Amino acid sequence: MSTEPEPESVTVEFTVNGETRRVDIPPRRTLADVLREDLHLTGTHLGCEHGVCGACTVIVDGDPVRSCLMFGVQVSGAEIETVEGLALPDGSLNDLQRSFSEHHGLQCGFCTPGMLMLGTAYVRRAVAADRASVREVVSSNLCRCTGYQGIVDAVCDLVCSGVEATITPDPRGNGEGEALDTPVPAGES
Amino acid sequence: MTRIGHSVPRLEDRRLLTGTGHFVDDLHLPGTAHMRIVRSQHAHGRLVSVDTSGAAALPGVVLAVGARGFNRVPRIPIRLQLTEDTLEEYLQPVLAEDEVRYVGEPVAVVLAEDPYLAEDAAEAVAVDIEPLEPVLDAAGDGATRATTLEFGYGDIGEAFTSAAHVVEIEVAIGRHAAVPLENRGLVAELDPDTGVLTLHGLTKVPHFNRRVLAEMLGMDLELIRFTTTDAGGGFGGRGELYPEDCLAALMATQLKRPVKWVEDRGEHLVASNHSRQQVHRLRAAVTAEGDLVGLDAEIIHDNGAYMRTHGVTVAELTATMLPGPYRLAAYRARVGVMLTNKTPAGTYRAPGRYEGTFARERLLDTIAAELGMEPVEVRRRNLLVAAELPLNRGLATLGTEVVIDAGDPIGLFERTVAAAEFDRWGGGPTGPDPDIRRGRGIGVFMEKSGLGPYETARAELGDDGRVTLAVGGTSLGQGIETVMAQIAADRLGLDPSDITVIHGDSDRVPDGVGSWASRSTVVGGVAVARAAAGLAAEITSLGASRLGTSAEAAKLDSGRVVDTATGRSVDLAEVASEARRQGRTPGVDEVFHVDHMTYPYGVHLAEVEVDAGTGGVAVTRYFVGYEIGRSVNPRLVEGQLLGGVAQGLGGALLEEFRYDENGQPLSTTFMDYLVPTAMEVPDGIGLLVSEEWPADNDLGVRGAGEGGITGVGAAVANAVADALGDPTAARSLPVEPQRVVRELEGGGTG
Repeated sequence: MSTEPEPESVTVEFTVNGETRRVDIPPRRTLADVLREDLHLTGTHLGCEHGVCGACTVIVDGDPVRSCLMFGVQVSGAEIETVEGLALPDGSLNDLQRSFSEHHGLQCGFCTPGMLMLGTAYVRRAVAADRASVREVVSSNLCRCTGYQGIVDAVCDLVCSGVEATITPDPRGNGEGEALDTPVPAGES
Repeated sequence: MTRIGHSVPRLEDRRLLTGTGHFVDDLHLPGTAHMRIVRSQHAHGRLVSVDTSGAAALPGVVLAVGARGFNRVPRIPIRLQLTEDTLEEYLQPVLAEDEVRYVGEPVAVVLAEDPYLAEDAAEAVAVDIEPLEPVLDAAGDGATRATTLEFGYGDIGEAFTSAAHVVEIEVAIGRHAAVPLENRGLVAELDPDTGVLTLHGLTKVPHFNRRVLAEMLGMDLELIRFTTTDAGGGFGGRGELYPEDCLAALMATQLKRPVKWVEDRGEHLVASNHSRQQVHRLRAAVTAEGDLVGLDAEIIHDNGAYMRTHGVTVAELTATMLPGPYRLAAYRARVGVMLTNKTPAGTYRAPGRYEGTFARERLLDTIAAELGMEPVEVRRRNLLVAAELPLNRGLATLGTEVVIDAGDPIGLFERTVAAAEFDRWGGGPTGPDPDIRRGRGIGVFMEKSGLGPYETARAELGDDGRVTLAVGGTSLGQGIETVMAQIAADRLGLDPSDITVIHGDSDRVPDGVGSWASRSTVVGGVAVARAAAGLAAEITSLGASRLGTSAEAAKLDSGRVVDTATGRSVDLAEVASEARRQGRTPGVDEVFHVDHMTYPYGVHLAEVEVDAGTGGVAVTRYFVGYEIGRSVNPRLVEGQLLGGVAQGLGGALLEEFRYDENGQPLSTTFMDYLVPTAMEVPDGIGLLVSEEWPADNDLGVRGAGEGGITGVGAAVANAVADALGDPTAARSLPVEPQRVVRELEGGGTG
């Protein structure tokens, strides 16, 4: 139990969906809570808070990460992308979002933001993937509603045909050639 | 125009894909106090004292209190009261008073300015519990028998005396649960000026919960308002009235400021309803040819520490649905509803049917093995044929008679095994690894859907000419907004996206029965169809008077009322303005009553590969045949079936709440409680959605919510036993690697 006063907050500057933010963050506050509570970006969801379910997946400097396992103070200077930044500038859904809807890759929608961010990081790098490798990447996150078939179909639609998809670009330029920290199918990395 | 039967895009998708959904934890009200529950760390014990003084002294703490710290509130009553005995003494208090009965039981509540501080403070509450011996085995001596249920028909004695064979098995279903991806949560807010208590986030049965809360808190019903939020999956577990919900409401009325409670996953896994855990001892009387003529079932149902809102629902459904879609002359079932020192149990998708289907289908495969028949042959001999329906089972469940309304179970079975090419599944070695054994299994099942007693709907035309639908069902992520809009659009000749669907808000929907028991489309859909048809007539008549013609000479077409003689037309905004001119509010209320359920049925087929070295089971092929009556949105039906299969695989192979000998839960994270990932669900699950036997309602629909899960445990376990070539194998769910290895080593049945 903790009876000591909380340590001082640290002012941290980072970018979220292209916008620079400065936030006073207590050292023990998770990135997920910073996004949800301080920045009111509540599209990022918390399903387990121990890094298994992946509902809280956001992209930090190009990599999909569990925002429940990262402290807010760790993202100083980082480029963060959340589900709120996915739609096209005119507000219409991007290819991946549309594909999720077309393939019924969501029901309750709680895992969806995490799946979309995982999928975004993957789609940016995957070239001519197959269903098995998509399935393995999707297995990083949990979905309790769909049975995954619609999610796999939705992601595969963008990466299995060999045709490049139009997806929200990596704000840092091109992420090609970097390894993905989430499970990458054998032969893919 | 028909909008029914088309896979129209979901109205819910846009907000959920853009991060603008509205889940309960997304609600940030100014001045919110964050509630954290202090839970018992002992499975059983005498609650000596709860000292909250240390917590109350911490910075940012608003209140810390145990059961003795405030006036007693009544225990949470049973929502589905199915027995004469009210089981009052087994109901759960909102906070433990003198005794704790499971690890996770609420013993105190802490409120703080910030959720982090609330967690700190909860750890500073000193709880003194004098441990008592826990009871963990529902079949053992110490378990309390809350009640015994008995059902049956026919001459069971005669069936067994005249039988050529008597086949017996004992099977066990593991403790697992709904486990939606969003944890439970609630925001309670008291308006100090009006005295209205608003509750955000209690989805599923808001109107029932509202009535119960009013009674428990001693408040006028009119002073309690429920509003809706998006919900991250329900599956039976979410939205029942839990102790934490009552506490949040109570604290909001005491503190007169908003109270937010959102549990974490560790809490969810010990505090939200568990389900499924049962032991079945089945005896079958069988003729020399393999006809099932009698079934005698002795079932032990482990309900955990208390009777919660579902009461004996799961136990009753298990027994009353156990015969499935089979011909059965004589039947007897006894269910002991037992209490143990584990998390209390309630329903989980296909309650009682997942369990009973597993037991019965394992029995049928055992009969096949003992009589030297093929598993498909035993089903062919015993499945009901179309001419036998409707069939009154002589059983009652959920207050209704079990009358299997219409259908052709044997026909669907034949079509399903043919479509899947089941005869080519399983069998023999799979490749170079001699340890890999392949098997196939069947799980035939009967579901029930469309429970009454009624559902409400209101369709109205707004001032702007937009149609709003207020429905008594609620959204748990299943797509109810889309489906209800489709049905109304069909009757109104509009596009589903022209219709706004309101649900779960007690101000906008004064009464409703809610979303559970695969009832929303079947019962709520009919209410919507009738309300929308009524509104269409009203719109036509108003439009006609605007056009200066008679209602008979006008028709409603694609959002316009047209004078069929002249071709002149008005749009719905003009109709709305005509209504205002006449001082009318175009709107139709419908309450659709129904006193019987409709019984869909289906067939699950599984193929597995069992690794004899590790005991690991991989599901390689899967197929579901299901009689839906009629699909409103085929893609959503498929989604329900596929999602159900994945959940069923969890219960069949992975998910189990385990306890150590002291009653300490061992499955308190997603590292220990294994929800299937995309790697455990086979690719390309086959579906045969049959629409051959419409139900006898306006839409012909049968429920789709549960048939995807019902037969999974059965089909997978049968496939494992087939792969091992041992009919006595795989008699416990989940079929875990260590059990498979034990069975292979001849160490007895699992």
